[in-house]
Amino acid sequence: MGHVDRARDFVANTERTTWHDEVLWFVRAKRDAAADTLPEWEALRDEAAGIKRDVLGRLPELWRRFEQEATAAGATVHWARDAAEHNRIVHELLRTHDVKRVVKSKSMLTEECGLNPHLEAQGIEVVDTDLGERIVQLREEAPSHIIMPAIHLKRGEIGDLFHQEMGTPAGLDDPDELTAVARRDLRARFLAAEAGITGVNFAVAETGSFVVVTNEGNADLGTALPRLHIACVGLEKIVPTANDLAPFLRLLARSATGQPISTYTSHFRAPRADDGNGGPPPELHVVIVDNGRSRLLAEPAFREALACIRCGACLNTCPVYRRSGGHSYGSTVPGPIGSVLAPSQDPARHAELPHACSLCGSCSDVCPVRVPLHHQLLTWRSHLAESGHHPRRRRLAFRIAARVLSNAGLYDRATRAGRWIARRLPSRWLDRLGGPWTRSRALPSIPAESFHQALAAREEERP
Amino acid sequence: MSIALFVPCYVDQLKPRVGLAALDLLRAAGFDVEVLDGLPCCGQPLLTAGEERLARDVATRFVEGTRAFESVVTPSGSCASTLEIHGRRLVPDPPGGRARVVELTRFLSDNGALPSPPTEFPRRVGLHASCHALRELRQGTPSETREQARTDPAAALLREIPGLELVDLTRRDECCGFGGVFAVEEEAVSTRMGLDRLSDHRRGRAEVLTSTDVSCLLHLEGLARREGPPLEVLHVAEILAETHLGAGWLETNAIRGADGSR
Ligand code: SF4
Repeated sequence: MGHVDRARDFVANTERTTWHDEVLWFVRAKRDAAADTLPEWEALRDEAAGIKRDVLGRLPELWRRFEQEATAAGATVHWARDAAEHNRIVHELLRTHDVKRVVKSKSMLTEECGLNPHLEAQGIEVVDTDLGERIVQLREEAPSHIIMPAIHLKRGEIGDLFHQEMGTPAGLDDPDELTAVARRDLRARFLAAEAGITGVNFAVAETGSFVVVTNEGNADLGTALPRLHIACVGLEKIVPTANDLAPFLRLLARSATGQPISTYTSHFRAPRADDGNGGPPPELHVVIVDNGRSRLLAEPAFREALACIRCGACLNTCPVYRRSGGHSYGSTVPGPIGSVLAPSQDPARHAELPHACSLCGSCSDVCPVRVPLHHQLLTWRSHLAESGHHPRRRRLAFRIAARVLSNAGLYDRATRAGRWIARRLPSRWLDRLGGPWTRSRALPSIPAESFHQALAAREEERP
Repeated sequence: MSIALFVPCYVDQLKPRVGLAALDLLRAAGFDVEVLDGLPCCGQPLLTAGEERLARDVATRFVEGTRAFESVVTPSGSCASTLEIHGRRLVPDPPGGRARVVELTRFLSDNGALPSPPTEFPRRVGLHASCHALRELRQGTPSETREQARTDPAAALLREIPGLELVDLTRRDECCGFGGVFAVEEEAVSTRMGLDRLSDHRRGRAEVLTSTDVSCLLHLEGLARREGPPLEVLHVAEILAETHLGAGWLETNAIRGADGSR
């Protein structure tokens, strides 16, 4: 089952599709209002895109500098070629520190690497502490959005889940009350955790520090209590200097949720101070992960996708995402940016995704770092066709179409015959021949003459 | 200035009157127009299907076949964008250069002296923004950006028509869901997108639905005819022809069969 089928199932529920579309459009509208407050919006996009472009040209140098500075500050830096190596490194750190309980703040990278199931299989309890992530974790499903992981759920469904999992009264669906319950439950887990894992929004080469952005403060609590902090960072997430953070932080919150700034913007550099309560000294580990990113970097057609700051704006604006839901994509990251990233990870599995797009271009215009998303999706289509990931019959059909469209005589004969037949067939038959086009749409009435014929006739009449 | 008119295959076959309207408007504006024959396609259906090499062949034929002209005008933002945005990447300039491909309303507002003033068109009109005219050709300012405002030439021409009221939309530039092969392969989502656009126009009490692009209109018209109150669907060129070339132009140039008659 691919995107087409899952999307059809989603759309079949008309009322839910309306709700999902409107919830996400509301976020897009908040983003628009936030962009309105900055007269320099477009210049800011240029600046951010420019920094990223420069960064992607010198990643090795920047990360070497980062490693130097971070190490000097007392952190330990690890390098992971792929998801398996990342998971191995994290597990090894937890094992040597005898950790059984971990709290984790939101990180699409660990999601991409499948860290949770890997650790759970080794007997380690991982608790996602972002409220939305916690909800999908309890439901044993994947996030449906990169910023709002549980955006596909109505509050009644969350109420039911909490009733089952945390014993809240049946029917309780007040968001504030449910949040309070989740917080109480999480508080105990924060206190019991022996290690905290976070993602990284931006690493800074010059200082060896990194920034984690949240709205719930869960990354701060999750790293302030345990003695071990492991931060997992994708190869693309570095900027040269602390000053370079400014345009990104301004764009990120506004593009993601319409906030002028995220509630918590936390900078980490060295292991936290020892609280003097005995026990081993606190440690900070940074795991830098490639997992296919250098492959994308080597592809000029797609490398700019590595500029992505995971704001989610392209999902919110995408008319297809809003009407098919995040789970329809079957990839860690859904929506336009997901459809660009996924085929490079597994072309056979995700060959359909670049077609889950009407090429309207809204994503490219909303993107704070100007990733040319819809043009990349178009390019993916031909890359995947050339590498044998399109059905042969489909390709043959287009070869025939191309023949007709590049031969004037053939085009003329084929279209005359086509219209002659179409005008004589009962509409019932035509509808059946129309295939998926006519499932929901009436065929246009077929004119007796083409434009060229009508023009010729007119010129004969009145020369 | 040497001008050619390009009537793309689906307009040629399914909405021939749109081609006639474009031609008559250009002539009325004083241009000596040559109608392209034997070049039915810009390559777009092949390109969006992922068949870039086939698309390049078709686009190359087009670029070669039109290089004697200064401009090629077409009543399709989508085909113009294919040739201007992707065609320039796919097909290198032939020696002596290539024609610039321009969407009709853009061409008319940049160069046109339409016989004015237009006559009355007392209808509520919903203008559907074609994504390719808007976001590829930048005819207008996409709602996502905060770029300096650009006028949409189609809207500007329609606004000059007395009696014509453009309806306000809740989402002024959301995609209709046509998307070429997308309309067939992702039929369910495409349909839903189109229905949502239609209800926006109907909420605005549109009596006529129009656009610079026949492809969007074929999709929306097909959906509208299956359900809901009747909605007349006209290309912008048809409205301009009716109001600038003498009331009754639409009827005089009706094509047998195109209105359901045999
Ligand atoms: S591609 Fe652009 S819009 Fe989409 S998530 Fe990344 S930064 Fe945001």
